[in-house]
Amino acid sequence: MGKYIGQAIKRVEDQRFITGKGTYTDDIVLHRMTHAYILRSQLAHARIKSIDTSAAKAAPGVVAVFTGADVQEVNGVPCGWQVNFKSGETMREPKHPLLVHDKVRHVGDSVAVVIAETKAQARDAADLIEVDYEELPVVVESVDALKPGAAKVHDELPDNLVFDWELGDASAADEGLAKAAHVTSMKIRNQRLVPNPIEPRSYIGDYDASRDNYTLYTSSQNPHVIRLLMCAFVLGIPEHKVRVVAKDVGGGFGSKIYHYTEEALVTWASKQIGRPIKWTSERSEAFVTDAHGRDHHTTAQMGFDADGKLTALKVHTDANIGAYLSTFSTAVPTYLYGTLLQGQYTTPAVYVSVNAVFTNTTAVDAYRGAGRPEATYLLERLMDTAAAEMGMDPAELRMKNFIPAFDGVDQPGYQTQVALQYDSGNYEAAMRKALDIIGYDELRKEQEEARKQGRYIGIGFSSYIEACGIAPSAVVGSLGARAGLFESANVRVQPTGMVSVYTGSHSHGQGHDTTFAQVVADHLGIDMSNVEIIHGDTEQVPFGMGTYGSRSLAVGGSAIVGALEKVKEKGAKVAAHLLEASEQDLEFADGSWTVKGTDKSISFGEVALASYVPHNFPEGLEPGIEFNSFYDPANFTYPFGTYIAVVEVDPETGKTTIKRFVAVDDVGNIVNPMIVEGQIHGGLAQGIGQALLEGAVYDESGQLTTGTFLDYAMPRADDLISFEVDGNVTPCPHNPLGAKGAGEAGCIGSTPAIVNAVVDALRPLGVSDLAMPLTPQKVWAAINSAS
Amino acid sequence: MQVTMTVNGATVSQDVEPRTLLVQFLRENLSLTGTHVGCDTSSCGACTIVVNGESVKSCTLLAVQCDGAEITTIEGLASNGTLHPLQEGFREKHGLQCGYCTPGMIMSSWQLLQRNPKPSEQEIRHALEGNFCRCTGYDNIVKAVQWAADQSA
Repeated sequence: MGKYIGQAIKRVEDQRFITGKGTYTDDIVLHRMTHAYILRSQLAHARIKSIDTSAAKAAPGVVAVFTGADVQEVNGVPCGWQVNFKSGETMREPKHPLLVHDKVRHVGDSVAVVIAETKAQARDAADLIEVDYEELPVVVESVDALKPGAAKVHDELPDNLVFDWELGDASAADEGLAKAAHVTSMKIRNQRLVPNPIEPRSYIGDYDASRDNYTLYTSSQNPHVIRLLMCAFVLGIPEHKVRVVAKDVGGGFGSKIYHYTEEALVTWASKQIGRPIKWTSERSEAFVTDAHGRDHHTTAQMGFDADGKLTALKVHTDANIGAYLSTFSTAVPTYLYGTLLQGQYTTPAVYVSVNAVFTNTTAVDAYRGAGRPEATYLLERLMDTAAAEMGMDPAELRMKNFIPAFDGVDQPGYQTQVALQYDSGNYEAAMRKALDIIGYDELRKEQEEARKQGRYIGIGFSSYIEACGIAPSAVVGSLGARAGLFESANVRVQPTGMVSVYTGSHSHGQGHDTTFAQVVADHLGIDMSNVEIIHGDTEQVPFGMGTYGSRSLAVGGSAIVGALEKVKEKGAKVAAHLLEASEQDLEFADGSWTVKGTDKSISFGEVALASYVPHNFPEGLEPGIEFNSFYDPANFTYPFGTYIAVVEVDPETGKTTIKRFVAVDDVGNIVNPMIVEGQIHGGLAQGIGQALLEGAVYDESGQLTTGTFLDYAMPRADDLISFEVDGNVTPCPHNPLGAKGAGEAGCIGSTPAIVNAVVDALRPLGVSDLAMPLTPQKVWAAINSAS
Repeated sequence: MQVTMTVNGATVSQDVEPRTLLVQFLRENLSLTGTHVGCDTSSCGACTIVVNGESVKSCTLLAVQCDGAEITTIEGLASNGTLHPLQEGFREKHGLQCGYCTPGMIMSSWQLLQRNPKPSEQEIRHALEGNFCRCTGYDNIVKAVQWAADQSA
């Protein structure tokens, strides 16, 4: 359709970023603005015996100091998803206060806030606060926190369990394993990660007493959600009194979805002092207060018959949730994880059980992929390990077990053993394309040759599937979500025929200004430069659920299409009137309505003008053209693909070098292939980062020993290579754009491909498993202990 | 303390606290917010600017150390409304997503091209290892720098 969709249009938002004119929250300066510094706990678990703020209050420039005692009457930040125990017992949901009063529960917990004329003054004054702590025993690992007698993170709870949960048929899985000719059993650790968008979180609270209105400027992926949670659950302010603005946001990767205590704190405190307050996280604060990702301990058994066909999968996971429940934290190790354990395979029986566990660590929540990387890593490590154990080729083992192709139109969706119904898929085609690109048969020969020369080359596979386009509201509501997950759009046609589009999706790097404009321009047959995309302001956009779960195009884009259809419907009425024809005789193409079979036509711009200067207008029709649309998806979308990594490991140093990385993704229809490829690249880098470099490490006392960029290794330019990205297109059958989403795919699929490749390289040396991240030290040690 | 420097061609003179970092001076005193802060350990490179012809991380210098210096920030890279080839290259090759690391990335790349007008892929990757990007996977950043290098061919 049209001239824009499918084209690699250069991004219209880039001009401001390449000239230094972006507006990130910390760039905003308000009249009479003060600065907040938050005193944070340096202990992981301790009772607060007393706090003395008198010296801080008297320090130069200090406007106010607040502690937990001051916000005791204020609610804590809520969790957005209730997952109850198997027994039906309600999820345990202790208060997450804006400032702690009784005790600190992780390093970085908020103890007091100092508000001063400058940030330096606030920080200086915070040093003068005296806190008397009684240190308490600390639990860091989920498996330790579950042991009888473990220190309790929340005194009022019976133990550290948030909930236990299960999905699938346990007895069918047991039977499938019992009759299997081969069972592969693994213990799998999916380590803790720190998302680390390069822009630290930043908030400005601004209370206007004259109007009794609040404005919160925030580095958020979903400003409406923040408004909803903060107003309804924390501060008890009617939401029409609160404006939340998220202008340019410097990356999120999930970590900026959640409603953080600091957002509510600056908003609340601004009213107390009657002045705006800015708080911007320092990186060392971000490491201990931005929600972390992953942190699973898992055991799994995968059964195969004598022919290599899957018979069953049985999984148990202990998921570390941290000290408090972050907004989506409870959905991640359950409905975004267990439901994906079917993978791309026809496994006839799948069962998963999960314990979610409190510990004295930073909260864990969704990080790029959110549950799906954990599921994919588990499945794909099992598949490569099983192939090696059974003496089969890992590509062949996958092909033997792939769900046959189905388009979701002529063939029905695929009903999994774990609740989901896949929309459309062609898994074998993605695998075959990846094998072709990498030149698989030749590559195996090269690997053999290299081994003879003492060089260790490995080939690793990963065939991933994810559930995106989050999500059908009724479905997630029945599973405990406390919100609907639709999206909204407003399309305002201006009198000149220019089009302003207000979307509830939020761009923090995804390029919505461009992609959405391509969709709008093609649907209306107008020039892209006539379209403006507006997002990130609750006072402008009608409503929005924001951007995460690769949902912007599939859900937000579909809402825009819904509004465009209404625009065209009304436009046709106006056009018919002006052309003195009946609507049925009109066709709309290239931005004009034409009377079929004639040269009588009227342009979109002329219809727009007539709608605002309605001197000659259809009787009974309102002037103007502006429409809202809300889109609630019928199903999740299911992007998929196959990745192949080729690595070489130096046995002398343990260092892994990535030689090639082939990614074949099928993300449904594509609007802007340049942007999609960029999304894949970024995802690959983060997934490879988890495989090789990244890992948050707590010591026994609950100190984060990887708390700076000096200790937490993220991929740098010279750690990576140029990726070979390709794809197929299996359209989504249930949304108007046929799009599935591309934001998380790379991060979900790449991690196991790399680890499988390294293990494949080292198998001749007796290495059969490795725990991430595969640092040279760890790989070297594994080689030496194996041989 | 009084500090005087030339920033993007204009002379500025201000009284600052001795502990004021150069990046704070640029962002807070001069409202040049194109230079970003991404860490507190000089690791991320988001604050990279050019001081006296060399790219430096402006979080590692005090403003008072730059008395008399000639400074270029991202806001001063274009000349007479014409974008620098690196700015064009980042747009042309989709070398940015959220844009937060971009100014620092461009200023580091500027230094590279000054020293090595025709860098190889490996030389570009090596030269940019002081700058984190969490969005792009660096693939298109490398291509953006190559594109800019090709413009001056």
